[in-house]
Amino acid sequence: MKRITALLEALGSALLLAGKAFVSLPAAPRILKRVSEQGYLVGYTTLPIVAILCFFIGAVLALQAGITLRDFGAKQLIGTLVGESMARELGPVMVAILLAGRVGSAVTAELASMKVSGEIDALVTMNIPPARLLVLPRLLAVLLVMPLLTMMGNIIGWFGGAIVSAQVKMIGVPTEMYFQNLKQYLSVGDVMDGLIKAEIFGFVIMLIACTTGLRTRGGPREIGFAVTKSVVYSLIAILTLDYFITKALS
Amino acid sequence: MSTPPPSSPSAPRGKMTQKPRRPVLVRDDRNAVRIDVEKLSKTYGSQQVLIDVSVDVKPGEIFTIMGPSGSGKTVLLRHIAGLESPTSGTVKINGYDPILPETRDRFAVALVFQSGALFNSQSVYDNLALYPLEHRLCPKPEIRDRVMRALKILSIENAAHKFPSELSGGMKKRVAIARALVMEPQLILYDEPTSELDPLMSATIAEIIATLKEEISVTTVVVSHDRALSLTISDRVALVHQGRLRAVEKPEALKNSSDPVVKAFLNPEIDVRNPRFKQLETVNHD
Repeated sequence: MKRITALLEALGSALLLAGKAFVSLPAAPRILKRVSEQGYLVGYTTLPIVAILCFFIGAVLALQAGITLRDFGAKQLIGTLVGESMARELGPVMVAILLAGRVGSAVTAELASMKVSGEIDALVTMNIPPARLLVLPRLLAVLLVMPLLTMMGNIIGWFGGAIVSAQVKMIGVPTEMYFQNLKQYLSVGDVMDGLIKAEIFGFVIMLIACTTGLRTRGGPREIGFAVTKSVVYSLIAILTLDYFITKALS
Repeated sequence: MSTPPPSSPSAPRGKMTQKPRRPVLVRDDRNAVRIDVEKLSKTYGSQQVLIDVSVDVKPGEIFTIMGPSGSGKTVLLRHIAGLESPTSGTVKINGYDPILPETRDRFAVALVFQSGALFNSQSVYDNLALYPLEHRLCPKPEIRDRVMRALKILSIENAAHKFPSELSGGMKKRVAIARALVMEPQLILYDEPTSELDPLMSATIAEIIATLKEEISVTTVVVSHDRALSLTISDRVALVHQGRLRAVEKPEALKNSSDPVVKAFLNPEIDVRNPRFKQLETVNHD
């Protein structure tokens, strides 16, 4: 019962925080510098790891599917399979998981440390709402950057699949055929579905990270717990939401 | 104190169009605020931290809250700053509840934290400029002047471009006070301003607190263990003991108090052969 109460309390806090942040939206032009700083952290610094992960996801997908499709004489469909899987499912989910682990944890640690050291209280006494100064720029940054990051991940994943399809002799699908097949069956709607997912995942991850950080009380040990909690909650949220969004979009 | 007095300023702070611009750091008696605490109690779980505390602080006064560690001094200060909500009782600043955002709009309240609570990711200059920038109090060149003047008053103008991690404990305290000054506060709250400082730096901080009262006529509430600071610069001193207000006196009257708790706190006896520690000594020798 206690856990359910705590969960509902955390959910309420998150919604309240999002509300407070978006009430400050008219101040957005004044926080553009902070939004761009956060955009750099969320997007640019995450891009290398997204590129590596998505390249190998695409490559492994092509390798696994290619051998099976060859056995059924349908190896020319590998472009569609990799393209659809990356765009609709693996791209958004993998980028979101990376975001939760890399950016979400860092945001929680930073805000929790600010809370524990009294910096958040200092902002409150200065009548500067933390939701405006610390949360809104992060939410706006993730909303702007997440679709770009996911799209980059998708493209890199498609190329990973193309390279494996062409280079692995057992599959042997030329790059031209791979992309022709990918273009033929992959619609803009499929890609958009994936990007909508990514947008929702990014928003939820950042909201969980900020809420968990700002609700931290205690000392260094509690900062560690908060980071773990933030990442675990984000992963659960990603996978749960993934099912419902997929169902809603299909 | 349920309705605000008619003389209370009613225009929200932070709006250039609604608030006449005041010169930086000049005497203005109208700014100092009054604090009324009535039957304030605070409970955390089963622990009663404050019990029926009633006290008033007059405008422009330096009011010091003393007491042993864990007696509830800082909790009382956090209630005045609007960072805690009372379990029962009320706290009012010029008749307004400090926890409400409207009250923060109305009065500038600065809290100098025990740790400084400086924004570690920002330089000293940015720490000081944050409040006027966020509230758009004045144009950037004026903010620069205001920040540099506050740094100069505290003799730390050379630290403007340093980060908090590069500062000593005393410097951090002075930056925290300078940050409070830039707010042109009507009420400054100091939480243990001389803790972890050497006697010379403590004296400097005490001088700064007293000078600021003269310079900008601000209401000042200090929480401190420091007997020298409390009894030298305060207009009145309160002693909190086990969550209750034990005494509120002028410093001279407090020094001559016949209350055994006050006497024990102000003049603690040091017994180098305290029998309480005899057994400990024996254990160590074994």
